[in-house]
Amino acid sequence: MNDWQKQRSERNARLNAGSHYASGKMVPSDKAKAFLEAVVRPGDRVCLEGDNQKQADFLAEALADVDPSRIHDLHIVQSGIVLQAHLDLFERGIARKLDFSYSGPQGAAIARALVAGKIELGAIHTYIELFARYFVDLTPHVALVAAVAADRDGNLYTGPNTEDTPTIVEATAFKSGIVVAQVNKVVDKLPRVDIPADQIDFIVEADRPFYVEPLFTRDPASVTESQILMAMMAIKGIYAEYSVKRLNHGIGFPTAAIELLLPTYGEQLGLRGKIATHWALNPHPTLIPAIESGWVEQIHSFGSEVGMDDYMSARSDVYFTGHDGSLRSNRLLCQTAGLYACDMFIGSTLQIDIAGNSSTVTPGRIAGFGGAPNMGSDPRGRRHPSAPWLKAGREASDGQGTLTRGRKLVVQMLETFGEKMKPNFVERLDSIELAEKLNFDLAPVMIYGDDVSHIVTEEGIANLLLCRSPAEREQAVRGVAGFTDVGRARDRKAVEALRQRGVIRRPEDLGINLLAASRQLLAAHSIEDLVTWSGGLYQAPSKFRNW
Amino acid sequence: MEQFQVHGASKRRAGGHRRQVITGANASGNLEVLVERVLPDLECQVEVATAVTGFRPIWEAVIKEFFERASPGGLRFSINDGGARPDTVTLRLMQSVQLMEDKA
Amino acid sequence: MSKLSQTFKADWYEASARERIAGLLDAEGFTEFLGPEQRAMSPHLAQFDLTGAFDDGIVVGRGRLDGRPVLLAAQEGRFLGGAFGEVHGAKLVGLLRAARDAAGPDGPHAVLLLLDTGGVRLQEANAGELAISEIIHAIIEVRSAGIPVLALVGGRAGAFGGGGIITACCSRIIASEHARVSVSGPEVIETNKGVEEFDSRDRALVWRICGARTRYLTGGVDRYVKGSIQNFREAAIALIAHTPAFELATLKAEQRRLSERLQRFGDCRDAPEIWRKAGLPEPEHIAEISDDAFLAIQRIKGADHDAR
Repeated sequence: MNDWQKQRSERNARLNAGSHYASGKMVPSDKAKAFLEAVVRPGDRVCLEGDNQKQADFLAEALADVDPSRIHDLHIVQSGIVLQAHLDLFERGIARKLDFSYSGPQGAAIARALVAGKIELGAIHTYIELFARYFVDLTPHVALVAAVAADRDGNLYTGPNTEDTPTIVEATAFKSGIVVAQVNKVVDKLPRVDIPADQIDFIVEADRPFYVEPLFTRDPASVTESQILMAMMAIKGIYAEYSVKRLNHGIGFPTAAIELLLPTYGEQLGLRGKIATHWALNPHPTLIPAIESGWVEQIHSFGSEVGMDDYMSARSDVYFTGHDGSLRSNRLLCQTAGLYACDMFIGSTLQIDIAGNSSTVTPGRIAGFGGAPNMGSDPRGRRHPSAPWLKAGREASDGQGTLTRGRKLVVQMLETFGEKMKPNFVERLDSIELAEKLNFDLAPVMIYGDDVSHIVTEEGIANLLLCRSPAEREQAVRGVAGFTDVGRARDRKAVEALRQRGVIRRPEDLGINLLAASRQLLAAHSIEDLVTWSGGLYQAPSKFRNW
Repeated sequence: MEQFQVHGASKRRAGGHRRQVITGANASGNLEVLVERVLPDLECQVEVATAVTGFRPIWEAVIKEFFERASPGGLRFSINDGGARPDTVTLRLMQSVQLMEDKA
Repeated sequence: MSKLSQTFKADWYEASARERIAGLLDAEGFTEFLGPEQRAMSPHLAQFDLTGAFDDGIVVGRGRLDGRPVLLAAQEGRFLGGAFGEVHGAKLVGLLRAARDAAGPDGPHAVLLLLDTGGVRLQEANAGELAISEIIHAIIEVRSAGIPVLALVGGRAGAFGGGGIITACCSRIIASEHARVSVSGPEVIETNKGVEEFDSRDRALVWRICGARTRYLTGGVDRYVKGSIQNFREAAIALIAHTPAFELATLKAEQRRLSERLQRFGDCRDAPEIWRKAGLPEPEHIAEISDDAFLAIQRIKGADHDAR
């Protein structure tokens, strides 16, 4: 007789084992390690909540402390490898296999661990790919999540940094998994219920608030004239040109420059209300001046950002907030919004090749993908039309084919040279070499060239939609690659011909004078200016203070 | 450290009557440019001092293109470089010419 | 309704040394001594693989402020952190001695020091330290000759190390919100005394301890201005007319002032403690309120003084 409820029995056994350390659902923090040794089994798929920002750091450290002879060969499935403890799991033999999405702060450590054979890599995913697999073939046995607070029944308030939690819990709780949450505190009444108690098995009141990475704050004082020039070209040559209202900005200084130029340069061009009204965007402080100037209808966010909570609560007409007033974010839903409900993605990258493929892999560093490949791809499943989408589609199809199809605008904006004169344009991506070295099936590519619609550098805009052949695309890329070797190897005649056709546009072609790109144009010059714009609601993190 | 000069010819004399301007600063990612109107009308020159070595071909390419674009005849440019990237170099050179051509 | 920041062109913090001079002095023009075309540059930097500045990071010269003749020096804080080197220091010493030697009815009405410095250049430490001591000596001589010396501080380097001492030797000090005036830098304190003594990464703490607001409320700085070049100009014009005489009575009064202040507040570990003891309103918020609200606060007893 087959037992079709094995997972249920297993779950009950773990609940029993865990309950030795708990009073109801509450596990004292000093019992966390012993508790984990009781509920986790060798070989388990464990999702340790390492989101882009929020980290279940207390539980991570407790797990990294368990006895490897009892708990070993875990298969870690988690979005972000961010903390040292995440890597310690592999170092100590507690975990063996890894499927993840993003490893920014640990990019170098991950590369080293992979080369040394310490980690068996499943795959590097985008966020929603990994979430999708939580429901198909990577369902966690145990989820260790982080919340701001729990009530005595076990309901959770995840607050502004809700991020991945509902998705992780959904996959785990409804497939007989065990869900453990670390919380900053246990209270009588929560501001709102983000995750119902039914879905939570155990709660640990951690000895300190969970860690949050401040990732999305860019200091206006660091925005350069080059970035301002690129931003001006993007606003005039793309945003205005295609009437882009619905969009996502990847994080970076070039997009921060765009955000800071909307109330000034954008206003001069008469674009308020015509562009950049609806956003899938993390709460960038650099968008505050545009919001305050009436540019923005609505923003949905993947996560929160340090210092922005009070500002967002006070701007509930713009941000998604609960009845309690605080932000409600959701990475899965915002990624989907960015994929299907936005007409443009614009972001930066570290390296582009002559076909327009881009990657953030550099020798010795693997940052993973995060959400950029979703945002920066043309979703073939899209069916509803919009003006920018149809226009881009017409440019791409050039009258071929009988059925009209649109294209998402996917814009890569970057300076030709990076830090220490490292060229950002290359003949061959570093990631290809890395893939060969580590025997990957795929070279990690952030955004594929055939999804890219435009490249913006300080030299101009290349419209890849209008390129009719790989050779044309190559010259279009070289034509904006400045004085890098890739740029200097251009066929001058071919590039001039592309310029005549409008495939390449220089600042002058857009009516932009190089010398107009001045810091004077920024709506805010400093973090302090952003605080002033927000009426004192934005509380800048300490590291940005100069007052 | 590298120090070198790039000479060029210009189709015309740089406008205005200013004898000298200085702009920018020798700070990280930036450069200081001193411009003096001391050369014959159809000659131009850039002197570079930089601690970021090995990029002379790029400097020469950037400067030659600048000469083409700006026709800064009669001007000698002296640069103290703080590790600026080519586009910042172009920008400062163009800014300095604009300042020289301003009605004094 | 949130307030727009001041127009960029007028902002002291963002401006270069030359832009500050242009906005500070009367329009009729500034005559520079040892200008960049003279190429009086540091002879030492090359051996450290460092490029220099044509004016070695300090602009000195003569102009007019509200019609009055003044001599002026302005440090370029972005070049090597505005730090003193041999030539840099010598230019300032020379300027001060020129002021001293020109003292009289047709002489300068003031010397303006636009300080923006982290202290002495490590690469030119001996020459830099010597220069600091010569500068201090020269300031005393200028003040003794009846010419006020005004310090204007508001750039990104602040006035640290020898620059802090020089500031404190001036007749009057004008500072804006971003300014810091101190001798030892936060990192140095942390390295030597530990993070419990001073967490240098806590930037809010840094400004509470040595920033302009604390200095102003405790009488360490004479005028607190909003950050535009125009605000500095107005304060300088006002203060030139009212500077303390440089005489023994002044120095004794300064000693008394400093002793009393030390006695009252010497055991305070942080600025809000001082504000609480002094009975100032909302001590924890003084660092956060707007410049206008800040200027409305009454300073601690004894902060308005001529004892400098």
